[in-house]
Amino acid sequence: MPWLRRLVNVFRSRRVDRDIQREVDFHINERADQLHTEGMPLAQARETARRHFGNTLRIREDSRRINSIGWLELLFQEFRFAMRVFRKSPAFAATAVLTLGLGIGATAAVFSVVDAVLIRPLPYPDPDRLIGIWHSAQFQAVTSRNVRLSSTMYLTYREHNRTFAEFGLWRPGAATVTGAGDPEQVRTIVVTHETLPALGVTPAIGRWFSAADDRYGTNETVMLTDGYWRRRFGGDAGIIGRAVTIDARPREVIGIMPRTFRFPIAGLAGVLNADADVILPQRFEPAQLLPNDVHTYIGIARLKPGVSLEQATVDVARMLPLWIAERGTSSAVLTAARFGPALRRVKEDVVGDVGSVLWVLMGTIGLVLLIACANVANLLLVRAEGRRQELTVRAALGAGWRHIARHLLAESVVLGVAGGALGLGLAYAGLQLLIAIGPVNVPRLSEISIDGRVLAFTLGMSVASAVLFGLIPALKFARPGRNMALGTVSGSRNIGDSPTRQRTQHALVIVQVGLAVVLLVASGLMIRTFLALRNVEPGFAVPSQVQTMRLSISQPEVPDPERVVRMQQDILNGLAGLPSVAAVSFATALPMESEFETSMAVTAEGEPVTQGIPPMRRSKNVAPGFFATLGIRLIAGRDFTWTDVVDRRPVVILSASMARDVWGDPAAAIGKRVRVGRGGPWNEVIGVAGDIHDSGVDQAPPAIVYWRAGIQGALSANGPTFTPRDVTFAIRSSRTGTEAFIRQLAQAIWATNPNLPLARVQTMGEIYDRSMARASFALVMLAIAGVMALTLGMVGVYGVISYAVSRRRREIGVRLALGAARTGILRQFLRQSIRVSAVACLCGVVLSLAVTRVLSGLLYGVSPVDTTTMAGVVVVVLLVATLAAMIPATRAALIQPMRTLREE
Amino acid sequence: MAAAKNDILQGTLTLLVLKTLASNKRMHGYAITTHVQIVSGDLLRVEEGSLYPALHRMEQHGWLRAEWGVTEKNREARFYSLTAKGRKQLVDEEDSWARFTEGVGRVLRYV
Repeated sequence: MPWLRRLVNVFRSRRVDRDIQREVDFHINERADQLHTEGMPLAQARETARRHFGNTLRIREDSRRINSIGWLELLFQEFRFAMRVFRKSPAFAATAVLTLGLGIGATAAVFSVVDAVLIRPLPYPDPDRLIGIWHSAQFQAVTSRNVRLSSTMYLTYREHNRTFAEFGLWRPGAATVTGAGDPEQVRTIVVTHETLPALGVTPAIGRWFSAADDRYGTNETVMLTDGYWRRRFGGDAGIIGRAVTIDARPREVIGIMPRTFRFPIAGLAGVLNADADVILPQRFEPAQLLPNDVHTYIGIARLKPGVSLEQATVDVARMLPLWIAERGTSSAVLTAARFGPALRRVKEDVVGDVGSVLWVLMGTIGLVLLIACANVANLLLVRAEGRRQELTVRAALGAGWRHIARHLLAESVVLGVAGGALGLGLAYAGLQLLIAIGPVNVPRLSEISIDGRVLAFTLGMSVASAVLFGLIPALKFARPGRNMALGTVSGSRNIGDSPTRQRTQHALVIVQVGLAVVLLVASGLMIRTFLALRNVEPGFAVPSQVQTMRLSISQPEVPDPERVVRMQQDILNGLAGLPSVAAVSFATALPMESEFETSMAVTAEGEPVTQGIPPMRRSKNVAPGFFATLGIRLIAGRDFTWTDVVDRRPVVILSASMARDVWGDPAAAIGKRVRVGRGGPWNEVIGVAGDIHDSGVDQAPPAIVYWRAGIQGALSANGPTFTPRDVTFAIRSSRTGTEAFIRQLAQAIWATNPNLPLARVQTMGEIYDRSMARASFALVMLAIAGVMALTLGMVGVYGVISYAVSRRRREIGVRLALGAARTGILRQFLRQSIRVSAVACLCGVVLSLAVTRVLSGLLYGVSPVDTTTMAGVVVVVLLVATLAAMIPATRAALIQPMRTLREE
Repeated sequence: MAAAKNDILQGTLTLLVLKTLASNKRMHGYAITTHVQIVSGDLLRVEEGSLYPALHRMEQHGWLRAEWGVTEKNREARFYSLTAKGRKQLVDEEDSWARFTEGVGRVLRYV
């Protein structure tokens, strides 16, 4: 390929030139020899031959141009020249590259996150055809679009659907793996056999579940995920076919999923954003297929080719009456609740509402990049001023404006690319840090990496910024028709400074500082939000002193519910007996444990009866002593006792807000009754507890119904009873968090039953911090951006004042010699800097009024146009700007007049 | 030597070079010049200023292949040879030249 060779020759111009030289020399020598043989003296022969040949230089140039790509070679030359120039002034080059590196690096990092979370398709074949099967229902004027499927729905949909190529169920869960070492609690996904084929990811080793595995009574099987397989079984492929004991039952391992497989678990919906360890087949016991089975399964389907989401929705709507008819569910209740399909793409579920935060972040970082560009533009401008002489000479020697513009732009591009390379390195480091910290609510965190798209984006950004900031000096010095006046060789003797020169610089600094103000105001608002959140009383006391751990007593391990309750009581007593334990209790979900949150339709006595389903109210099952352990006040009545639990008394405790909503006064609630649904047995209210911010401190405390631990009565005659087997223990102690203490707790628990795994060992403090995670993540990002912006802005101010001082050295020297006060000089420059900063602050404040509106979704306790924050930021900026200007201003004031006047 | 210098149109230079190399396997630039001069009976002299750029251009087009070699006098020189593409180009150029001369001839014969 000839053009390839020509491309290569661009970089080997010297070699190419040498070759041509040799060829030409050879030719001349041959002719000289010829002439010499014919009798001419050698010297004369050489001379004649050369003259005969013609203009060697032109021939060589022509040949060289043919052998390489002209414009590219020119460009390459410019780059080489620019590199040499930068090597001569390393300070300038370093500052520029560093500034750009920060800006571009931050942008690249945020873009990687945005790319991985929002832009990149899910890691399944043809992911747009994957949809989640949800339903919408209305409960007391609140519409939920997250209603799941029941087992009977699965059967109906599977049989009657026309639009699904594959359709299956799944749900997240937990299980215990025993057999080797400590019992381990693992995260599981329980799937019907069609679910993995629907996703389309084939196992790395082994096979998927088949219909046989789903059938009750066949050999029990399990699949492992790659991470767990490597961790627990050391990546041994021989595990296939062997048995693993899960929940006290042996299961045969039939397959291992590949390393890159992830289940599409939603990010911010409160579900654990963690990878599953083990995949189990979903089996439906024939007795489980009750008409009113709980809607607890998540449906996923792959659409048939050519079928749209709307068609699938229509299909599901068609199947709903079929389901009602087949399985005998009460259609009246469903119609009252306006039950209907709510299908959506799986990607929407996974991403959740993180999207808006990320785009805000992207905008923020874009601003920082702009500031960095303005900074570098200023630097380049200053430099170009200094090279005015050189450029003028070039122009005089025949360089057109195009040449000069190309030269200046080449310099900018070199800076841009160097900055981009540095930025990429910084971004990589930053991303590794981010993944290590692992903020809980960033979905697809494990997928974040620097891929081709990010690289292309970074390159594009580098070049774009280069052109942007390179344009400014280029426009100033290299416009068509502009003639460069050759001043005196020693530089201009002008006493003052041309106003236009300063204006561009001032404009740039105003842009920088203004943008910095915007970012700082945003950070300030986030800081206030964070503080406001921290100041909210969560409703429980001193969370850092409460140790928590999750305990599951699985059905196979202890089948008898009464034994479960006794075991829980024994464990509790065992823990209470330990030294330094002030109080112990347990609950199905501790405050702010959003992963285990459940709601039930609860009717309260005396409440106006409404159509449809009774209001959904958050429900927890708690043991006696729960409120004391967590430091929740009991406003009225009493706590549960173990007698209540053992005797299975129908008693409940309500939260204050619920009591107030229904009966007006918490005390009035005592003695009233509540029930589940419209037909469950009545339970008497024996106590009212203080409100807790169960959904996080930024939400109002919800209405909570505290059911008692132990066996709960059946909801209907012959219905099943319910015993909470998965509970979180809360232990109040001053030794919370220490390794030794945790070991003690574990020993005490295992003394009762050595097969119980302990999971999620953490303090209440950590749970509390996690609930603030969203606000703190945004805050940290904005604060970093704000500080970066401020630093860059200050460098800009310093640069401008410094330059002004250097231009006016002679003038200052003269003034000082004529008797001006040094402080006057100092004040003059400080005034200049304050003037520029003040204008910048004004512009920044105005801009922030518009911009912070975007943030209002993240704020709490502070309005987007908070004057205190803005005033604070303005004061800080003015102060820092003055400080930045101090250095050059002091230098100006300390000028020795004799030395400057002698300088020339 | 003293014969009138005849400038040659660039197009015909290509033709001459291709034909020269068709009859001789490998030649360097100087050899091509002398060959043309001798064979044409001194009627044609290659303008050296245009020879080398032309050779390089033809090499870029893919009609010639070039490599460094050693002459009998033990000097390093760049030798050119014809490629298959060049052979085809030669045929094309010969056709064009024939058409050209026929056309000019006809015009000149017109009285």
